[in-house]
Amino acid sequence: MSDPASGGIFSTDFKRHEDLKQMLDSNKDNLKLDAMKRIVTMMSRGRNVSSLFPAVVKNVVSKNNEIKKLVFVYLVRYAEEQQDLALLSVSTFQKSLKESNQLIRASALRVLCSIRVPVIVPIMLLSIKEAAADLSPFVRKTAANAIVKIYSLDPELKDALVEIIEKLLKDKTTLVAGSAVMAFEEVCPERIDLIHKNYRKLCNLVMDIDEWGQVTVINMLTKYARSQFLDPNQNETEGEEPFYPDDDDEEEAKDESENGEANEPKKKPYFMDADHRLLLRTTRPLLQSRNAAVVMAVAQLYYYLAPRLEMVSIIKPLVRLQRSHKEVQIISLTMMATMSVNSKGLFEPYLKSFYVRSTDPIQVKLLKLEILTNIATESTIPAVLKEFQTYVTGNDREFAVATVQAIGRCASSIKEVSDSCLSGLVSLLSNKDEKIVGESVVIIKKLLQQNPSEHTEIIKHMAKIIDRITFPMARASIMWLMGEYCDKVPKIAPDVLRIACRGFMTEENIVKLQIINLASKLNLTNHKQTKLLCQYIFNLAKYDLNYDIRDRVRFLRPIIMPSEKGGALHKYAKKIFFTTKPAPVLKSAFIGRDRYILGSLSHILDQEVSGYSDLPSFPEEAPDPTVRNVEVPKITSKSKKKMTSMLESFYSESEEESNEDEGKSSEEESNDDSEEDSDESSEDDDSESEESDSDSDEESDEDDSSEEESSSSSESSSEESEESEESSSSVEEEKPKAKKVNTPPPANNAPSYAPIIDSNILAPVDYAAAEVISKPERSTTMPSFVPSSLPRQSFDLLTSAGGQGLAAVYRFTRSPSLHGSNFVSVEITFTNHSQRAIRNIGIKDKKLQADMIIREFSEISSLESNASKTVLIGIDFKDTTHAAKFSISTQEFKCPVNIKAVVGELVKPSKISPESFKKEQGKLAGMYEVSDNFNISSSLSAQTICSRVVKVLSCSVINIEEKENSLKCYFAAQTISGNHYLLVTLHLRNSTNCSVTVNCEKIVFNSMLTKDLKTELTTN
Amino acid sequence: MIHSLFILNKNCEVFFEKHWKSVVSRSVCDHFLEALNQASSPDDVPTAIGAPRHILINIYRNKLFFIAVVQGEVPPLFVIEFLHRVVDTITDYFSSCTELTIKDNSVVVFEILEEMLDNGYPLATELNVLKELIKPPSIVRNVMNTVTGSTNVGGQLPTGQLSNVPWRKVGVKYTNNEVYFDFVEELDVIIDKTGTTVFAEVNGAIKCQCKLSGMPDLVMTFTNPRMFDDLSFHPCIRYRRWENERVVSFVPPDGNFQLLSYRLGTNSVVAIPVYVKPTISFQGSSGRFEITVGPKQTMGKVVENVAISMTVPKVVSNVVLSNNPEGNFTYDPVSKTMRWEIGKVMHQKISTIRGSMPLQSGASAPDSNPTILVEFKVNQLAISNIKVNRLDIYGEKYKAFKGVKYITKAGKFQVRT
Repeated sequence: MSDPASGGIFSTDFKRHEDLKQMLDSNKDNLKLDAMKRIVTMMSRGRNVSSLFPAVVKNVVSKNNEIKKLVFVYLVRYAEEQQDLALLSVSTFQKSLKESNQLIRASALRVLCSIRVPVIVPIMLLSIKEAAADLSPFVRKTAANAIVKIYSLDPELKDALVEIIEKLLKDKTTLVAGSAVMAFEEVCPERIDLIHKNYRKLCNLVMDIDEWGQVTVINMLTKYARSQFLDPNQNETEGEEPFYPDDDDEEEAKDESENGEANEPKKKPYFMDADHRLLLRTTRPLLQSRNAAVVMAVAQLYYYLAPRLEMVSIIKPLVRLQRSHKEVQIISLTMMATMSVNSKGLFEPYLKSFYVRSTDPIQVKLLKLEILTNIATESTIPAVLKEFQTYVTGNDREFAVATVQAIGRCASSIKEVSDSCLSGLVSLLSNKDEKIVGESVVIIKKLLQQNPSEHTEIIKHMAKIIDRITFPMARASIMWLMGEYCDKVPKIAPDVLRIACRGFMTEENIVKLQIINLASKLNLTNHKQTKLLCQYIFNLAKYDLNYDIRDRVRFLRPIIMPSEKGGALHKYAKKIFFTTKPAPVLKSAFIGRDRYILGSLSHILDQEVSGYSDLPSFPEEAPDPTVRNVEVPKITSKSKKKMTSMLESFYSESEEESNEDEGKSSEEESNDDSEEDSDESSEDDDSESEESDSDSDEESDEDDSSEEESSSSSESSSEESEESEESSSSVEEEKPKAKKVNTPPPANNAPSYAPIIDSNILAPVDYAAAEVISKPERSTTMPSFVPSSLPRQSFDLLTSAGGQGLAAVYRFTRSPSLHGSNFVSVEITFTNHSQRAIRNIGIKDKKLQADMIIREFSEISSLESNASKTVLIGIDFKDTTHAAKFSISTQEFKCPVNIKAVVGELVKPSKISPESFKKEQGKLAGMYEVSDNFNISSSLSAQTICSRVVKVLSCSVINIEEKENSLKCYFAAQTISGNHYLLVTLHLRNSTNCSVTVNCEKIVFNSMLTKDLKTELTTN
Repeated sequence: MIHSLFILNKNCEVFFEKHWKSVVSRSVCDHFLEALNQASSPDDVPTAIGAPRHILINIYRNKLFFIAVVQGEVPPLFVIEFLHRVVDTITDYFSSCTELTIKDNSVVVFEILEEMLDNGYPLATELNVLKELIKPPSIVRNVMNTVTGSTNVGGQLPTGQLSNVPWRKVGVKYTNNEVYFDFVEELDVIIDKTGTTVFAEVNGAIKCQCKLSGMPDLVMTFTNPRMFDDLSFHPCIRYRRWENERVVSFVPPDGNFQLLSYRLGTNSVVAIPVYVKPTISFQGSSGRFEITVGPKQTMGKVVENVAISMTVPKVVSNVVLSNNPEGNFTYDPVSKTMRWEIGKVMHQKISTIRGSMPLQSGASAPDSNPTILVEFKVNQLAISNIKVNRLDIYGEKYKAFKGVKYITKAGKFQVRT
C-alpha cells in the first residue's frame, strides 16, 4: 500500500517498508528499535504506515521496554484500521494487567483501552472494573481515564460505567479525584446525586489535585453549586445597576416581577449555605495559580456563585493574566470585556492596565479598547479620551477606526463630555486617512441625531467636506443628514443635492439611496428649487442597474410626485418623511455576550459549540442540604454553632470575616507552630476545614475530647510547658527527615486515627501509595463503629520500682509512624516519681531480632520530679511477633526493657471492596487460615462486635451482613511491613455461637489473633 | 478534550502531527490557513477558529503554529495553557523549539506528547516526571545510543507520580548542593509624547535553579513581603503558609523552574532608570529625528544593554544618520526597523542620535510618529526593593550553597512620539 501523501522522496516507499519489515522480523533488538523509530517518525509526519501492522504487532511481546513503548504508540494509532490483527495483542495486555508492578498494570490498561476496537469492549470493561478497585491510586486514575475512552466506543455501557464512576468518585486520593470527575462530566453529568456525598471531600481536596484536574473539578462544582444553593445576591435591592447578570434575562424578569408581587413579607433573609461558603473559601487561593486555566475556572466560579462584594477578588488575577501569552490575554480580555458591560466599578482601579501598546496584536487592542470604553466614567473620561487621542493618530488604521467608534460611544454614554467628543471627532474630519474621516462622519451623524438643533454648524461643516469624502457610508450619512435637517440648512441642502446629481451614476448604491432620500425630502420642503433636480434623479434611478434602487424610486414616485389620479399618500408625505426618528444608541458589541458561560469556548466564539451546556439557574428554594452529609457523622451542636456564628459574622461584614478567619487560623497555628510545620497536620487541618467537613468535625471534636481527657487525667501538672518542650524536642528529632512535615505531635494525638494532613499541598511523601489508600477507612468506615475515643490500652515498660523512680508506659498509637510506613508507632510516656530530676533518658543496647529496626527518640535531657513526658518511637517488627528488647538508660543507670509485639497492632486498616475481600480470602486458604468456634454469653449488636474487634485489631470494617439469626462481619487489615492482607471473618449464629476465621500469610498472626479475639469477645 | 495536534511552520506546512483519539485529517487545517490569509500578521489570527465539525485552537510561538483540534466545549484556556506547556517542555528538552529540533527529535517529541496526554486529557505534564519517563538527550547519551542502539525511553518507571510531590522525583543526588534564585523584574512603562509617564508597573518573577539532593523543604522569607500586590505560585508553594505567615514554603522541583511571579501595583511609584527624549518630525518629503538617552533614577547602578528600536512608517525609504552616535546602529530596510544599541549608560553620560528619513517619492508625510521601544538591564537591582531575608533548608542535613541574584530589565517599555 503506497501512501499518496508521501511525495517524491518517498516514492520508493514500498521498498522501504519491505526493508522495515525485515528489520522488524529480525532477532536483534537494535534493528527492531531502529525500524520502530523510523516508523514513528513517519507517523509524526502524517504518513500512512498501516501496511506494517502485522510486522509491528508481533513485537508487542518484546522484552525491550523501548521497543514495547513504540509498538504501543503504533498500535494505538492503527488498531482501529486493522481490528482483527489488533486482537492478537490483547492477551499480552491482559497478562500485564495482573503484573505486580502498578505502573505496568496502569500502562497496560491505558493502551488496552486506547485500542479502539469494539470487539474487545467487554474485556476493557472487565479490566476497568478490576482496576477501579486496585490498591494503587495510579491504576485507579488510569481506570477513570479509560472510562471515557470506552464510553465513546460504546455509549450503551453507560449504566455499568456509572457504577464504576460512583465508586471512583468516593476515592479520597487527589490523584484519582481529577480523573474521576472528568469521567463523570463526560459520561453522566446529569447524575448530580453522585456528587452530593463527595462534595465536601472534593472541596477540601481541590487544592491538592493536579492543575488540569482542578479545572475540571472546579467547573463541575460550579455547575453543582448552581443547582444546589440559593442565589447569594437575591437580596440585592433592585435600584442598583444589574451588576450580576443572570444567565437569562427572562429569569431575571420573572424574579423581579415575583419579588414585586410577593412583596417584602415573603422575602426570607438569606443565609449562605455552609457548603456554599466552603466552596468559595477552598477555591479562592487557586486564583493565585500559575495556570491560567485554573485562574479562569475559579474566576468563573466566583462570577456565577459569589456574593457581589466578593467578586472583586477575581479582577486582580484576571488582570494579571495580561502578562501572559497573547492567546491567554485574548481569552481573559474577552471575559473582562463582557463583565465590564455591567460592572464598570470593578475594573476602574485597573484602568491603566488596559492602555494599549503599539506592539499589542490587533485583537488585544480592540478588546482593551472595548473595556476602556465600557468602564469610562465621568471621573476617568479625561484620561481615557487622552489615550484615545493617541490611538486615533497611531499607525494602525484599523485600530484608529475602532477608536473613533469608541469615542462616539463615550460621547453618547457620558453626557458631560459629549460636546468635547463631538468637536474632537469634527477635527478628525480633516484627517488624511479617509477611513477615519468616513467613520467619524458616521459617528457624528449618530451623535447629531441625538441632539440636532445645537449643532447646525457641524452640519454645515459636513456639507463642505463632502467633496473630499469618498468612503461610501460616510457620504451616505452626510446625504441623510442634509435631508433630515434640511430645515436647519435651507440654503445649503439644495446645493448639496445639485452636486450629488452630477455624480449620481458613479456613486455606490448605498449613497444613491440616500441621494434619492435627500431629493424626496427636499422636494417636499423646497419644492420650487428642487423639483427638477428631483425629477432628474428619479429618472436616472429608474434605469439604474440595481433593482433595489429601481424599486425604491418606483415606490417613492407616487408619494413625492403624484400624478393626477393617485396621490392618496401624498397628503401625508411630510408626516411620513419627517417623523421624528429615534436616535440610534451606540452600544457595546459585548452586550448579550454573557448568554454563554463567560470564558467558555462558546463565549469566545460567540456561538454555541457542541457539547455546551448552560449553567442551571439558581433554585428558588434550596434543595435539601443534608444530602451532602456523609453517612455517620452527627453534626455536633458545637460545630453547628460554629457554622452559624460564622455565617452571621460573614453577613455583617464580609471582609471582616475573611480577616477573622485568617487571623484565627494563624493564631491557631502560631500557638503550636513555633517550630516549623511538624504539627501542621492536625491543627492546620482543623482550622482549615473547621465546621465545613463533618468528617473532620468528628475528628476535631474527638481531638478536643481526647485532649481534655488527657489533661483531666493528666499525669503531669504543667501541661503547657510539657507541650512546648515536647514539640521542640520533636523538631530536633525530626529535622533531618523530610517526611516529618506531616505528623501530628504526640500530645495532640487522637487515639487511633489521627487525621493525616489532607489539605497541605505536601501531604505525606513517604506513605506513598499504601498510606493513601488506607486513608479512607479512617474517615468513613471506622468512625461508624468505633466509639468516640478508644480506651487507651497502655502497657508497662518500666515500673518506678525497677527504674529508680522512673516509670514508663507505652501504647500503640495506631497512627502512621513518622519514621516511615514500615514502622509501628509506639508512644512512650515517662514519668518521674522520684524526688530529683532524672537526666539524659534515652535508648541503649538494642538487642533486636534479625533485621528489626528501632527508631529511637532523641534523648530527654532532663525530666523534673513528678513531671512526665511523652515521646514517639518507631519499631519495624518486620511482621514478626518478637518483642523489641532494649535498655532505657539514664545518667545513672540502665535497665533492660522490652516492648511486646501485640498482633493486633502490627497491622494497619485496609480498605478493600467486599468482592476483593472474598478473592483475597480465597487465596489464603489452607494453612493460612485459622478458625475457632466459641459461645459468647450475652448477645452483642453488630456495632459492639465491630468496636470490640477494632479494639483488638487495627482494622477496617469491610462489610456486615445481617440476616435472621445470623450476623457476618468482615474486617481487613494489612501488615505494616510486608503489606500482607489479614482478613477476619466473624460469624455469629443465634447471637451466641460465634465463629472466627482469620486468614493471613503470616501464620503466627492467625492463631494469636484468634485467641485475642476470643478473649475479647467472651469477656463481658 | 484535545483530539489532535498539528504543528505548522512559517510556510504553513504541517510538519508534525499527533492524534490522541481517532485520526483527524490534516485538511482540517485549511480553515486555519484561511483565517491566516485574512489576518494581516500571524499574531492577528484568532485564537479559536470554528470549523464545521471541529474547533481549532492555536498558539503562535517561535514562528510556529501549534494547532489543537477539539470537538466540543472545552475551557479554551485549558487548551492554550497546555499548548504552551508543550512548547516549554520541548524547549526544555532540546533547549530550543524550532522546526528543525522537532524534526530531528520527532520520535522523542512523539513520545513526550504521548505521555503528556491520555485520550486528550493531560496525564504527565510535570517536567520532572516526564524526564523520568523519557530521558532528555545529552551528548553522552547520544553517543551511547548510537553505540548500544537504545533510545531515550527511561528503563525504569517513574515513581514521582505516585508520591504526593508529583513535581519532584525521588532519589535526586548532587555532590554539590546548590540553589540559585534569580529575581527578574521587568518594567512595563508607557511614556507619552509630553514625556509624562502614563503607566508604569513592575512585574517580577523568581526563577529558580535547584540542584539539591533528596527532599529538601525550603522556606524563603522576605524583608518586606507586604510589597507584593499580586502573586501567582508554582504548585509546589504552600498557599496556606503564605496567607498566614507571608513566607514562601515549598519542596522544589529539580532543575529550573519559575517559583512565583508577582506584580507591584500601578499605584505605587516606580523609579525609571533611563529617560528617552525623542523629537521626530516630518516635513515635505523628508523627516528628521533626534533621540537622546540618559540616566535617570539609577540608584547608583550602571544601566547596561541599553537599546532603542523603532519601526519607521512605511513611506520612509531610508534612514540616514547625521551624527556618529556611540554604540551600534542598524537599519533593516525590509522590516523598516532601526535599532540603536547604546550599551552602558552611566552617570552624567548622555547619548544622542540624529538623522533624517527621506520619504519615498510622491508619498505624503505620515500623520503619526512611530513608537520607540526601549530595552535595558540593571544588574544587582530590584527596582521594587523586594529583598530576601533568609532561606532555610529543612528536611536534609547537608549545607547547601544558596545564591540570590537581582536583575531589573525593561519589559514592555514604550515611548510614544
